[in-house]
Amino acid sequence: MLSSLTSQLRTIWTILQHSFTKAETVQYPEQMPYLAPRYRGRIVLTKDPDGEERCVACNLCAVACPVDCIALQQAVKEDGRWYPEFFRINFSRCIMCGMCEEACPTNAIQLTPDFEMCEYDRSNMVYEKEHLQIDGTGKYHDYNFYRVSGLAIKGKDKGQASNEAPPIDVKSLLP
Amino acid sequence: MSELDTIGFGLVIIAAAVGGAAILTWFERRLLGVWQDRYGPNRLGPFGVLQVAADMIKLLTKHDWVPPFADRAVFVFAPTAIVVAMLLGFAVVPFGPDLYILDINIGLLFFLGMTSLAVYSVLLGGLASNNKYALLGGLRSAAQMVSYEVFMGLSLMGVVMLTGSFNLRAIVEAQRDLWYCIPQCLGLFTFLIAGIAESHRLPFDLPEAEHELTAGFHTEYGGMKFAMFMLGEYLGLLLISCMITTLFFGGWLGPWLPPIVWFCLKVFVLICFFILLRAAIPRPRYDQLMALGWKVMLPLTLLNLLATGAIALLLEGA
Repeated sequence: MLSSLTSQLRTIWTILQHSFTKAETVQYPEQMPYLAPRYRGRIVLTKDPDGEERCVACNLCAVACPVDCIALQQAVKEDGRWYPEFFRINFSRCIMCGMCEEACPTNAIQLTPDFEMCEYDRSNMVYEKEHLQIDGTGKYHDYNFYRVSGLAIKGKDKGQASNEAPPIDVKSLLP
Repeated sequence: MSELDTIGFGLVIIAAAVGGAAILTWFERRLLGVWQDRYGPNRLGPFGVLQVAADMIKLLTKHDWVPPFADRAVFVFAPTAIVVAMLLGFAVVPFGPDLYILDINIGLLFFLGMTSLAVYSVLLGGLASNNKYALLGGLRSAAQMVSYEVFMGLSLMGVVMLTGSFNLRAIVEAQRDLWYCIPQCLGLFTFLIAGIAESHRLPFDLPEAEHELTAGFHTEYGGMKFAMFMLGEYLGLLLISCMITTLFFGGWLGPWLPPIVWFCLKVFVLICFFILLRAAIPRPRYDQLMALGWKVMLPLTLLNLLATGAIALLLEGA
C-alpha cells in the first residue's frame, strides 16, 4: 500500500519535471523531418554517367513488385541498346517496399527521400516514364551497365568492356 | 446586494463558469501536451486558443441525433441535468468577501447535494441509452457515487467542526490565521480524491473508461448533448477546485492582491494539479477503486474525524 503510494507520488514528480523538457514534436509543414538518404519514397529512373538511360527493360522490377504496380514494354534501339518503350508506375498501388530497387540489375530504378505526392485525382497517381526519368545518376554515380556487361552494342564489341578479356576462340590451337 | 445585483452577478458567474469550462478544454490539452513532451492544439489563433471556437462550431453543426431504441425523454434530459446541477453548485461559492450569490447557513450541504444530483445525470444517461456499454458506465457511476459520496461528506466534517458552521463564508473567515490544509491535511487528501471521483476525472473516470467501454455512459451521445456532458465534467472540475480553495486554502484570503485575484489564482493552481494527476496516473481497475474507497479512504476519514473531534474537545476544555 505504502509502496504503491510512493510509486504514484514519484510518477507525479517525474511528470512534473517534464514541464522543463522540450517537445519532441516535429511541426511538419513548417519544419521538415530528417529523412535518411536511403529513405524509401518516390521512385525515379536514373541515367548513367554518360547521360543514357540506365533501364534495360528487363522486367525484373515488375516481377519483383508485390503489388504489381509497375508496367513496361521492352524495345531495342538501333545501336543494340535495350530500353523501355513505356514505363508506368501506379503510385496509388505502390507500397514503397523497395523490392524493385533491389531487383534492378542496372541500378536504374531507385527510391528517393520524397513522400509528398498527394493528388486530388487518383489518375494523377499513375506516373509515366517522363515523370519518372531524372537526369542524374541517383545514388550510384559511376555505374554504367553497358560498360561492364558483355553485351555487344554499336561501338563496343564483345570483350571490350572494362575488366573483360577478349573472348577465347575455342576452335583455335594458338595459346 | 439588491435583488437585481444578485441576478446580474449570477449571470456573470454563469458566463464565467461556462466560458472557463470552454477555455479549460483547450488549456487542459495544452498542459497535457507540455507534460507529455508535445504541443497540443497550437494552430488556430494565439497559442491555439481558437481551437475552442472550432470545437464549438463542430459540435453545434453536428446532427443532433437520438437513437431510436433510446428512452427519448430521459435521454434528452440527462445531459442538461449535470450542467444545471453543477451551475447551481456555484451559487454558494464565496468568490470574495462580498462576491457571492447565495449566503445560506447550510452552503456546504447545498454544494454536496448538488454534486450528488449531478451523478443522476450520468446514471440516467447510461440507462436511457439502452446500450450495454452505456449501461455498464452508468452502473459503475452509481457504485462509484455510493462509495465515494460517503467519505466525501465525512471528510468535510473536520472543517465544519473547527469552524462550527456550514456557512462557507464563515469557513473562509475562520481560516484567517491558519488555512485548514494544515490541521485538516487528512481531510484535504480524502476530499481531493473524492472530488476527482465525483467529477469523473481521470484517473477515476471509470464510468467512461474509453479503453474498456468505448465511451461509457455517453457512448450514444453526439453533438451538443455530448458537449453538455463535457461541459458538466469541466464545470465539475472548476467547482471542486473552487470548493477545495474555499474549504482548505483560505478562499479569497491573501496579502497584497485583491481577494478575487487570490481566489482565481488558487483555483488555477488546483486545476493545474488536477490536470497533472490526469497526465501522470493510470486508471485503476474497478475493484481496486472500490477497495480504495471502502478499505482505505473511509477509515482514514473516520480517523480524521475522531482526531479532530478529540482535539477540538481538548482545546475547548483547556
